[in-house]
Amino acid sequence: MEIPYNVQVREDTGVYNSKLGIWLFLASEVMLFGGLFSAYILLRTGAPVWPPIGEHGSIAHLLTETIPHATFNTVILILSSVTMVMAWVSLKMKDLSKFRLYLGTTIVCALIFLVVKYFEYSHKIHEGFVPSHDTYMALYFTLTGLHGLHIIGGIIVLAYFFGPGIKMWGTEPERFTNRIEIIGLYWHFVDLVWIFLFPILYLLN
Amino acid sequence: MSDSHHEESFWRKYIFSIDHKTIGIQYGITALLFLFFGFSLMMVMRWQLAFPDQAVPIFGGLIKWLADLNGFASDGNLPSDLYNVFGAMHGTIMIFLGVVPLVVGAFGNYIVPLQIGAPDMAFPKLNMASYWVYFIGGVIMLVSFFLPGGAANSGWTSYPPLSNIATTGQTYWLIGMVFLITSSLLGSINIIVTIIQLRVPGLTWMRLPFFVWSQFVTSFLLVLAFPPLEAAGILQLMDRVFDTSFFLPSGLVVGGEVLDVSGGGSPLLWQHLFWFLAHPEVYVLILPGMGVIAEIIANNTRKPIWGYKSLVYSVVFLGFMSFLVWAHHMFMTGMGQGMSIFFQTTTMIISVPSVIILSCFMLSLWGGSIRFNTPMLFALGWIPMFGIGGLTGLPLGLSTPDIHLHDTYYVIGHFHYIVAPGTIFAIFAGIYYWFPKMTGKRLDEMLGKIHFFFSFIFMNGIFWPMLIQGLAGVSRRLADGGESYAHAQETLHLNEFMSYSAWLLAVAQIPFIINIIRTLLRKKDAVPDPNPWRATTIEWTDTSSPPMGHGNFEKVPTVYRGPYEYSVPGDSADFTPQTKK
Repeated sequence: MEIPYNVQVREDTGVYNSKLGIWLFLASEVMLFGGLFSAYILLRTGAPVWPPIGEHGSIAHLLTETIPHATFNTVILILSSVTMVMAWVSLKMKDLSKFRLYLGTTIVCALIFLVVKYFEYSHKIHEGFVPSHDTYMALYFTLTGLHGLHIIGGIIVLAYFFGPGIKMWGTEPERFTNRIEIIGLYWHFVDLVWIFLFPILYLLN
Repeated sequence: MSDSHHEESFWRKYIFSIDHKTIGIQYGITALLFLFFGFSLMMVMRWQLAFPDQAVPIFGGLIKWLADLNGFASDGNLPSDLYNVFGAMHGTIMIFLGVVPLVVGAFGNYIVPLQIGAPDMAFPKLNMASYWVYFIGGVIMLVSFFLPGGAANSGWTSYPPLSNIATTGQTYWLIGMVFLITSSLLGSINIIVTIIQLRVPGLTWMRLPFFVWSQFVTSFLLVLAFPPLEAAGILQLMDRVFDTSFFLPSGLVVGGEVLDVSGGGSPLLWQHLFWFLAHPEVYVLILPGMGVIAEIIANNTRKPIWGYKSLVYSVVFLGFMSFLVWAHHMFMTGMGQGMSIFFQTTTMIISVPSVIILSCFMLSLWGGSIRFNTPMLFALGWIPMFGIGGLTGLPLGLSTPDIHLHDTYYVIGHFHYIVAPGTIFAIFAGIYYWFPKMTGKRLDEMLGKIHFFFSFIFMNGIFWPMLIQGLAGVSRRLADGGESYAHAQETLHLNEFMSYSAWLLAVAQIPFIINIIRTLLRKKDAVPDPNPWRATTIEWTDTSSPPMGHGNFEKVPTVYRGPYEYSVPGDSADFTPQTKK
């Protein structure tokens, strides 16, 4: 049994099934992060000072120190988004070795992002700024943590396509290209979330 | 396309099946069991309300065992702590594990692909995954009953700060909810993609059966409304596990002492995020029901449904508006006049499409030659029940009467009229209607009619007195049913009547269960009638004898006309299939 429009585009709707599926999934993700962003707005507007002052004082000075790291991370993620597109384009041009190169770069960028994040986390926790310290820290860890989980999830899928998943290129090249387009859409979304997180957590304090 | 001759192993065929029909039945059976379990919790609670603090007959030993396990004192009676647990879990189980999986998971899965002529859902493996994720969520909820302190006990709404400081059961509830939400998301994405992509040639949007439209709008509600609750659930998990203060204000006093947290949070934030889901959720419960009712009314009046286009526009508008009314649950929180005015206005607006839909159904009856079979009786019973549920909602949607009615039994009566006789009657109607599709055998009419009439009487016996009690000011969630309150005394005698109605409602389900078992055991006709109701939609007209094999249709049907072409002048039969040229 074959499901129609699994690979081919349906003429009157202009998409194939999984492309519509990923857009709906991303719509739900927008609502998920939208809920968290509205929590940020509500808690921030209700706070007398921002970031709030807790047991170890305010995180403000530490944040100014970490802006360069976060900026570096922003650049890294944007770069990974660019290489993600390049990987997809390489497949469209039937160049598998270039695809490997670009997809590999994307994965490496994502890993660098996580390493930088790890040092940021441990530095903050070391200074006593744990999630329960104040509402800013709670939001910071929840938002970046959830974003980090999305990155990890993305890495797992990308690694699959870099490794065993690539076999599909030999049997169903068109379907494999579609898969890369879809994980690419997800990856751009994860990148976009960071573009919002970076100003609200680091710059606007 | 059918490959029913292909032998599949038992596991592949019945347990980890990727056939939407099997998955639909899996959803259906699991959800009906949960529905029964949630109902049983309520029957025990009704004992406590009718006869406070007396030992529960028959099940007293079981209650005592559970209470001991949870660390509550009980002599076979239902202690108030356990009453809270049962109350919270009754709501959770009925909504998230019973009704939603039934109307979307079971009916949506089974019927939608058939009505649009698809071989399966767009993503069969995802479909299987969403069932099993739902299953895990259900198991987590059940396991939480055996924890010290019991399962979640802060109501199905889980309002903080109470839920933040509640026992471990609440953490299980949150984790269970994350699974249930994930399952709903996967399922509804699947339904939307299936409807958009897999319609057969000629099946344009305005030729879709209304049931498909209702599933389409419902799935959008699930995709867009559930994630904010997931966000809220994550925040509450952070509060409970990592001691953050998303929902805890500064200086909160618990048990005479100031709570040792940073504070700065807002309990109202939870309510906003929660109701942003939970109001659309109400429409998730009722819209598929409306879809089922439309199919059955058109079929059994033998005429086109009245105002098909108005129905479609109304259901889409309902879906859109349901995102703009959530704070009418929060008039009493002190969120301010401006907010109240906005939300009571939108609430009045959203009642308009509901009234249009109800009116269309009533007008459809006019001049029809009505067949009073069991599905039709449930559909006819549905109309006034949903009407009462809807009309009793109007005073609650206006902020002034809500001051008196908020959190009373009136609210309970109101929404149970929508979801109990409303949604559940639609579910019964749907089961009687599509049972021949699933098995090739019709359920017994006599037993069905007994099931309907007694259910109809006892449902009203439970919920109508609630409206009276509520108007008298009796609060919900009281473990003694109001016995210790002076103003509740005059309506206290109703408790016993409601409780007897509830238990008799359980008895009234016995003919239904017997009916299902008897019909399943009965020998099938040599060639079962593929279209016993003389219906027009593809799932009845374009198939061989049921049950259908994996892959559904032998050849792709082509559609030439609308969904409800009954009694077309000039046609020899009183129904004209969608696929007839």
